[in-house]
Amino acid sequence: MKDFVIPWDADRDLGTPPSRSEEMVSLTIDGFAVEVPEGTSVMRAAALAGIPVPKLCATDSMEAFGSCRLCVVEIEGRRGLPASCTTPVAAGMVVHTQSEKVRRLRKGVMELYLSDYPRDFLTSTANGGTELQEMAGVVGLREIRYEPGDNHAAPQRNGEANPRYLPQDDSNPYFSFDPAKCIVCSRCVRACDEVQGTFALTIEGRGFDSVVSAGMAGDNFLSSDCVSCGACVQACPTAALQEKSIAELGMPTRSIITTCAYCGVGCSFKAELNGDQLVRMMPYRHGKANHGHSCVKGRFAYGYASHKDRILKPMIRDSIDEPWTEVSWEEAITYAATRLKALQQTYGRKSIGVLTSSRCTNEETYLVQKLARAVFLNNNTDTCARVCHSPTGYGLGQTFGTSAGTQDFDSVEQADVMVVIGANPTDGHPVFASRMKKRLREGAKLIVLDPRRIDLVRSPHVEAAHHLALRPGTNVAAISAMAHVIVTEGLIDEAFIRERCDWDEFRDYAEFISDPRHSPEATAPLTSIDPAELRAAARLYATGGNAAIYYGLGVTEHSQGSTAVMAIANLAMMTGNIGRPGVGVNPLRGQNNVQGSCDMGSFPHELPGYRHIKHADVRATYEDIWGVTLDTEPGLRVNNMLDAAVAGTFKGLYCQGEDILQSDPDTRHVAAGLAAMECVIVHDLFLNETANYAHVFLPGSSFLEKDGTFTNSERRINRVRTVIAPRAGYADWEVTQLLANAMGGDWTYTHPSQIMDEIAATTPTFAGVTFDLIDEKGSVQWPCNEARPEGTPVMHVDTFVRGKGKFIVTEYVATDERTGPRFPLLLTTGRILSQYNVGAQTRRTANVVWHDEDLLEIHPHDAEQRGIKEGDWVKLASRSGETSLRAQVTDRVMPGVVYTTFHHPDTQANVVTTDFSDWATNCPEYKVTAVQVSLSNGRTEWQEEYAARAEQSRRILPAAE
Amino acid sequence: MRIYVPRDAAARALGADAVARAVAAEAERRGLAVELVRNGTRGMIWLEPLLEVETAAGRTAFGPVSAADVPGLFDAGFGAHPLALGPVEAIPFFARQTRLTFARCGLTDPLSLAEYEANGGLAGLRRALGMDGRAIVDEVTGSGLRGRGGAGFPTGIKWATVLDAKADRKYVVCNADEGDSGTFADRMIMEGDPFVLIEGMVIAGIAVGADMGYLYVRSEYPDAIAAMQAAIAIARDAGLLGRSVLGSDRAFDMEVRVGAGAYVCGEETSLLNSLEGKRGVVRAKPPLPAIAGLFGKPTIINNVISLASVPVILEKGAAFYKDFGLGRSRGTIPLQIAGNVRYGGLFETAFGMTLGEIVEEIGGGTASGRPVKAVQVGGPLGAYMPVGKFDTPFGYEEFDGQGGLIGHAGIVVFDDTVDMMKMARFAMEFCAVESCGKCTPCRIGSVRGVETIDRIARGDAAGVEILTDLCDTMKDGSLCALGGFTPFPVMSALRHFPEDFSASHKEAAE
Repeated sequence: MKDFVIPWDADRDLGTPPSRSEEMVSLTIDGFAVEVPEGTSVMRAAALAGIPVPKLCATDSMEAFGSCRLCVVEIEGRRGLPASCTTPVAAGMVVHTQSEKVRRLRKGVMELYLSDYPRDFLTSTANGGTELQEMAGVVGLREIRYEPGDNHAAPQRNGEANPRYLPQDDSNPYFSFDPAKCIVCSRCVRACDEVQGTFALTIEGRGFDSVVSAGMAGDNFLSSDCVSCGACVQACPTAALQEKSIAELGMPTRSIITTCAYCGVGCSFKAELNGDQLVRMMPYRHGKANHGHSCVKGRFAYGYASHKDRILKPMIRDSIDEPWTEVSWEEAITYAATRLKALQQTYGRKSIGVLTSSRCTNEETYLVQKLARAVFLNNNTDTCARVCHSPTGYGLGQTFGTSAGTQDFDSVEQADVMVVIGANPTDGHPVFASRMKKRLREGAKLIVLDPRRIDLVRSPHVEAAHHLALRPGTNVAAISAMAHVIVTEGLIDEAFIRERCDWDEFRDYAEFISDPRHSPEATAPLTSIDPAELRAAARLYATGGNAAIYYGLGVTEHSQGSTAVMAIANLAMMTGNIGRPGVGVNPLRGQNNVQGSCDMGSFPHELPGYRHIKHADVRATYEDIWGVTLDTEPGLRVNNMLDAAVAGTFKGLYCQGEDILQSDPDTRHVAAGLAAMECVIVHDLFLNETANYAHVFLPGSSFLEKDGTFTNSERRINRVRTVIAPRAGYADWEVTQLLANAMGGDWTYTHPSQIMDEIAATTPTFAGVTFDLIDEKGSVQWPCNEARPEGTPVMHVDTFVRGKGKFIVTEYVATDERTGPRFPLLLTTGRILSQYNVGAQTRRTANVVWHDEDLLEIHPHDAEQRGIKEGDWVKLASRSGETSLRAQVTDRVMPGVVYTTFHHPDTQANVVTTDFSDWATNCPEYKVTAVQVSLSNGRTEWQEEYAARAEQSRRILPAAE
Repeated sequence: MRIYVPRDAAARALGADAVARAVAAEAERRGLAVELVRNGTRGMIWLEPLLEVETAAGRTAFGPVSAADVPGLFDAGFGAHPLALGPVEAIPFFARQTRLTFARCGLTDPLSLAEYEANGGLAGLRRALGMDGRAIVDEVTGSGLRGRGGAGFPTGIKWATVLDAKADRKYVVCNADEGDSGTFADRMIMEGDPFVLIEGMVIAGIAVGADMGYLYVRSEYPDAIAAMQAAIAIARDAGLLGRSVLGSDRAFDMEVRVGAGAYVCGEETSLLNSLEGKRGVVRAKPPLPAIAGLFGKPTIINNVISLASVPVILEKGAAFYKDFGLGRSRGTIPLQIAGNVRYGGLFETAFGMTLGEIVEEIGGGTASGRPVKAVQVGGPLGAYMPVGKFDTPFGYEEFDGQGGLIGHAGIVVFDDTVDMMKMARFAMEFCAVESCGKCTPCRIGSVRGVETIDRIARGDAAGVEILTDLCDTMKDGSLCALGGFTPFPVMSALRHFPEDFSASHKEAAE
């Protein structure tokens, strides 16, 4: 493994946040001249000068609070002992961080703290490494002169139960709260408020009665509003709030910086280990996507990597009816290669293909598509991004010239108006949602376009200015109506359009969009949005200052997904909200490496860097390096592969890190396609649902075992570093290379950095990217090349990538999926905070305490009509299929709309979804399915059959001796 | 015939309502036309209920009057009577005062805007409306007025900071969370002359460009709350409050907010948190409320008496007000004399009278007739002054120099039976009960303080050093005055009355 040297003065906590002032102030601290930005605290200035001031309640991720009184200093010419955390620097100030008076006070305060603390504190190992213990040492406290008195620390007092003593709260599966070890510094409360924005914690009581409390009276951490993001645990300077893993495994002794493999935020983490035992994941303070914050998934839900369900040995079987046989790597690879080659011989070169994964690294993904193009010699490669963000690629490519979000996450700090369309950031992208909420609390305005009342619409200290609760499937009508208002009311940024776009093209578009049929009033019957509300929202977007659009799969997963993306791009261009911090069009990517897997040429028609396969010059770049002649025709998309399989022309599939049976629409059709194939190779951590139809199982490596890069929603390429050695013996890129070479590939990579070097050498937007650069900078945002050697936080600054921004006419065309007498309700799907995607990972962690089954949200009106009560089993049926699950009666959804998640395979929400898809990219229309809901008494026949079949197909024969 | 019976809460507590009812009944029985006015108090509590009759020679006083005395007073034609006190303004306690802020308190019907105006009210505001903000602030600065809530910060400087702060909104907040033991000046002025406070707040608002004011009154003052609410409604109807103050182009409105019973919410930053609907915990300063106060906006936050003193300053000019006082303590101060004292009440006078004069001459010594042992000045966080310090003149710096503080000018007198160790313990206990819990020295220190004093009481002399160290920690380390000033009563008791902290004293007591 490569040595990693952190280029910063590591994890030094400077006590208070940085000042953004550009004015510099000079002062003297302990005789040293210091120059810092105006507004910097004395504490931070001292820390920057290398003089740490003792502190307990201060930490640089939160505003100064001034409660612990340990950080007092003397300032010449000022009375008393000011707290350095709350005192800003002033020109010419002369600060002394130590004096007899200061020492005495610090010691006096520490003596008070410890007079209300377990008496074994100074000797106990349970407090080892905590800030409190460090500070006790720093102030030199050796004895506590107070007699044992009133306290919160001892279970017994004067021979009776101590009423102040509260037992440890172990309700959260990942961390515990021991009130006896709490010093009431409020760091946890402030972390929950300022960093996470959930406001679940409070200080209850006052004076000596003050105690940290989760939720309301009678609540514990689990039953409170706590979202288990871990910010409080990280903030705690004592052992009061501590990961349970610390108690179980001891303090970590080493750490490695890596990147989370859950959502598209791409948080940086410090994986802390004891030997090769992962003890905890700490959000990394220098991570540029998360700035030291995390969510319940990245912070805690890593246990799946060591779950007993992990398959660690390759397995093969001749037929999917047979049980699996464990074999050696060599045997498995040979078996797979032989079968695939035979299929190509029998059914033709194009009869096999690959599926790359948005969960794997750029390097792994690059190799899998290379396998198809350079070894299979066809372009049958597709990726799970097909079913989520392919319309983003198409829509933004057409309008702006490149397939990516325009901003970095930090940009949100300068947004005055945020528009969230078809995304649920607090659940899907929680760490970024916290950044949004922070900006909203600072006064930014929020517009939400979503059929469902997502948490952002109204949560503590956040309220949307406008919630446009549209009917599923009417995005284009709604967004076009906003454009209609902006154009017809003269709210466009004409100067921007004239300079940056084609004015004539805009005039055509303006004529189109000004037609009264696009007005909010005319489209209200379709969208069910109050026209006055929509007009107000459009005006706010156009005139409210910096306006940024954030959108998710609620935009893309429609028959008009690509059109909606273009409609969004139009909004940004017509109002000049593009090309500077605080604005832009930002797709929130569902998985950790959706951006990267798209960048890496996973789509059948595009080579890496979104260059069409039809271009001879692009092909030549690869043909030169790979020494093959590439197929000039785009290959099959995943849905085409399945269709072709059912038709008998597609026979073999190498599927890495994806579970299409559960994640792709119309499960029965997927199952039929897979069943028709003769060689399905699943390369995964677990025997997933797709593996039920597989002939070869290759054990994959979890993100903890990977070495490579992930690219997040902001085009940020982050390093994923090997935390523990690949448990099955090979990293995924090595497995792909073994398969390629067994089929005659002759690949010779010895380290993933060589793969990135090949990507850089062949892809102009990645030209400057190397592992060394990323290690040096921490991360880099593409485009990164000669023109932008340090990467590109904000795109389209002076000119669009395609030259002039392109306005495209966005006519609303209703989906063919219609409600009717048989299926009168619209089903839309989404996800929940504690679970991730198909749940393969999170279901194998303690996260199930928050969400152990998928529920159907149904409006009280619709529930009443059907006699459905909270918790009832209901049957959810569409023209594709039916499933059953429990009902949750809630007005979060509007009447006529039902909602569920797709995290659990025994629910199989995608049995119900249809095969309608985006006109341009075939991205499935997950978000709109006409359904009927009725009471049921349990699982459907399909579910029973499916469960039996899954069990049958997961049998593994004992290894032959 | 016009008869005055105070509506002040202290007078009512002593039976003023029954007296008023008796006067009305007696007048009716006798068929006499009596106009009964419920005025504010004159502040002489030992004479309450103090009944006044308007005569050709001025207002004649009788007191303390009970309902049973009323027929007799009628019988005497409100002339010669054992309770007769003569002209009210000739009563020595009253005659010795310099009433500027309290000029109308007790004189007028508190809710009569006409009487208010007839007695000098609104003159200051009218003058202010003709001045620009800077000139008003300069006038207040020039008067030498300092915060009467206790901190003694120059009011004009505070206003200037708010005036200079750039913001889309500014606020005026009046701190009427008068929680110090032995203090009642805020309550008396709110009940006895509410318009003067309203006028002061309007002047503050137009001076700094704030158009909204909040009056934060403690819930324990129901009469003051009612009086202020009624006065605000009258002021709004009369155009004193609203979009056009007295017909000018300046806007100012205000409302009353009621506290929830926490002493610490009298601390200005806690008060702002409470007003915002948050926990009443202290905020670290900086930022000063003048820069980032209520809802993060620049805010004037002043005590009732500070704001109620502004109209007279604007009416008569900075120089007039500044002429009173001594040293850097300018103008008048409404002393509140209470505790074990013969003549308790409100005594407004120029700064500079000695503590001895106040206690012995004005207060007339103890009510019990025993020698004075100690006087606590400035509320529960004020130092205990021994008789040896009676020559200390009443002024901010003068008291500070003696290890004390004048605070809100409450003066509580104790005779020689008081146990000063118990008083020290009470100070710590008070701090423990009222601590907001934010900073450690106050939250834990006050509890340890009580325990350590108990330890001393058990005869453990080692506790004295620990208590002394603890007081240093609390004084230097606390976030606000609650924890920071609790050591004043504790240490002054320990320093001046060490005999009360000795084991022999304890044994003697048992």
